[in-house]
Amino acid sequence: MKFAGTDSYVASDDLRVAVNAAIALQRPLLIKGEPGTGKTVLAHEVAKALNAPLIEWHIKSTTKAQQGLYEYDAVSRLRDSQLGDERVKNIANYIKRGKLWEAFTSKERPVLLIDEIDKADIEFPNDLLLELDRMEFYVYETQEVVKAAQRPVVMITSNNEKELPDAFLRRCFFHYIRFPDRETMTQIVDVHFPGLQRNLLREALNVFYDIREVPGLKKKPSTSELLDWLKLLMVEDMSPDQLRSKDAKQLIPPLHGALLKNEQDVHLFERLAFMARREQRQ
Amino acid sequence: MFTNFFLELRQAKVPVSIKEYLALMEAMDKGVADYSVDDFYFLSRSVLVKDERNLDKFDKVFGHVFKGLEAVPGEGVAAEIPEEWLRKLAEKLLTEEEKKQIEAMGGWEKLMETLKKRLEEQQKRHQGGSKWIGTAGTSPFGAYGFNPEGVRIGQDKNREGRAVKVWDKREYKNLDDTVEIGTRNIKIALRRLRKFAREGAETELDMPDTIRSTARNAGYLDIKMVAERRNKIKLLILFDIGGSMDAHIRVCEELFSAARSEFKHLEFFYFHNCLYEKLWKDNRRRHVDTYPTAQALHTFPSDYKVIFVGDASMSPYEIAYPGGSVEHWNEEAGQAWIQRVTDTWRSTVWLNPVPERHWSYTPSIQLLKQLMGDRMYPLTLGGLDSAMKELNK
Repeated sequence: MKFAGTDSYVASDDLRVAVNAAIALQRPLLIKGEPGTGKTVLAHEVAKALNAPLIEWHIKSTTKAQQGLYEYDAVSRLRDSQLGDERVKNIANYIKRGKLWEAFTSKERPVLLIDEIDKADIEFPNDLLLELDRMEFYVYETQEVVKAAQRPVVMITSNNEKELPDAFLRRCFFHYIRFPDRETMTQIVDVHFPGLQRNLLREALNVFYDIREVPGLKKKPSTSELLDWLKLLMVEDMSPDQLRSKDAKQLIPPLHGALLKNEQDVHLFERLAFMARREQRQ
Repeated sequence: MFTNFFLELRQAKVPVSIKEYLALMEAMDKGVADYSVDDFYFLSRSVLVKDERNLDKFDKVFGHVFKGLEAVPGEGVAAEIPEEWLRKLAEKLLTEEEKKQIEAMGGWEKLMETLKKRLEEQQKRHQGGSKWIGTAGTSPFGAYGFNPEGVRIGQDKNREGRAVKVWDKREYKNLDDTVEIGTRNIKIALRRLRKFAREGAETELDMPDTIRSTARNAGYLDIKMVAERRNKIKLLILFDIGGSMDAHIRVCEELFSAARSEFKHLEFFYFHNCLYEKLWKDNRRRHVDTYPTAQALHTFPSDYKVIFVGDASMSPYEIAYPGGSVEHWNEEAGQAWIQRVTDTWRSTVWLNPVPERHWSYTPSIQLLKQLMGDRMYPLTLGGLDSAMKELNK
């Protein structure tokens, strides 16, 4: 089992080594990086490349670690007991399996994605230490041990909203997805839009990296935004000239809504573009 | 095998443990790295570094420990510059007058020797300082039109794309947490302070209570609800404003805006240099609209957590003596007021934007630190973190 990127995902060398290390040593891989640099997509692609089933666990601020293991539905059991349902005699009927359980008992070695782990409570990663380390847990209600037949490939993404505890980090491998440089970006775009005109792409990338260079933007556009924008440009059938146009009326790039997600950023960009134009004219 | 590397990492304060070192060995054993320097660099980075803030430190150590690894025969050793070439270049560029200046400095040989020495220093990555070639004219070399970029001293072009380039570029420099402090980072640090308690409308099912009351109800379902958990922390921030604090205003603003969105119960006041009998909320109306400190001491209950933000840099008299204040006549010494604050609120810390290494040179900082019972922390991410830990005790 080796991951070498796929035809729809460009993985840099360092990312490839990190993923392969995590697969070979059966440790979880923690992935951080700017939003929109393909952290979540990576898990999808790894699953695809390894031909393994993907199990996704999306974390919210209210998610508890226990929910990933199993939940005991006491209320419906109480209700069934009043209705005299036969199922009530077996407690196992009211145990709901969580994503980890699902991953542990999967027939093939699955890829388990724990998405945006930083959204949960601070204690969340600590509650999963043993489960991720030994890949087993104990179900109190039925007194059984659930143990992973094959250790799943665990991918964890984080947007860095909370610091993760050291003990948790010790058990993971770590990779920080850097923002791709121009060359890599061209490759990435090629993978997504193979038919894109060369010169349109060049102009679009010029505009894109210019915007990223603007100081003081609240949210810099990232890879996923560039791809959205390019898709729009293609749908609208823009020509490279329109992107290059130095028309004073058109200060900001066409369809900028895909790139700038914040009205302050749009204002800032307009102001800067206006100043730049004025300088050019003088 | 790589023990040295491991130890140097620990020395550089990259938190690595034996467990990670063993994991690296295991990965090497399984052949993940494929005997290539680049792969080894990527592998060890992903195994040993768990936080992007440490990536830069890691790159530095890696470059240092495996120095020479990249020097494959035929590519030339980094610090060796063809002297002939430099001499020719210099002769072409220098005017007669400048050549005379060189003679005055001790001749060409001497100049070359110094240049070589400097270059060696540069190879060791002595960052900053006034000796660097090409920086701001303080080096004798910059003046003669030598551009290290131009002649590419010690930088071999064909090394492009090799791993050595990756760690030499130090791309993760601005992720290092000892330097950068932004609103978002502060927020993360402040979140340590959160403490939840149940309050407000009852929206969640209280399982134990439901089971208990259902049993008591002879098996008839009796559902009990509880309120959602909310952050219960109350915060009082006291900012030093004006004078020597002007230099730190940006950092303080960021701290404030971060704290504001994180806490529901947040009160703030300003003071100048040291805490006296008056506080104010609007700095423009500070002489008209004041708030007695004594009233603050009575108004906010003792479960408030108090954070002072100030550089604590002043004359020691301003703290220790009545009438020491630079702005008005204070009946009681500043230290009496500080004492009252620490007596009233058990959780009190002082955040100081002045770098910690300068603290020992300013007596007033020492004095206040003592008054605060050593609970003074630098206003960096690390300092903020330990301050929050202290407040949480």
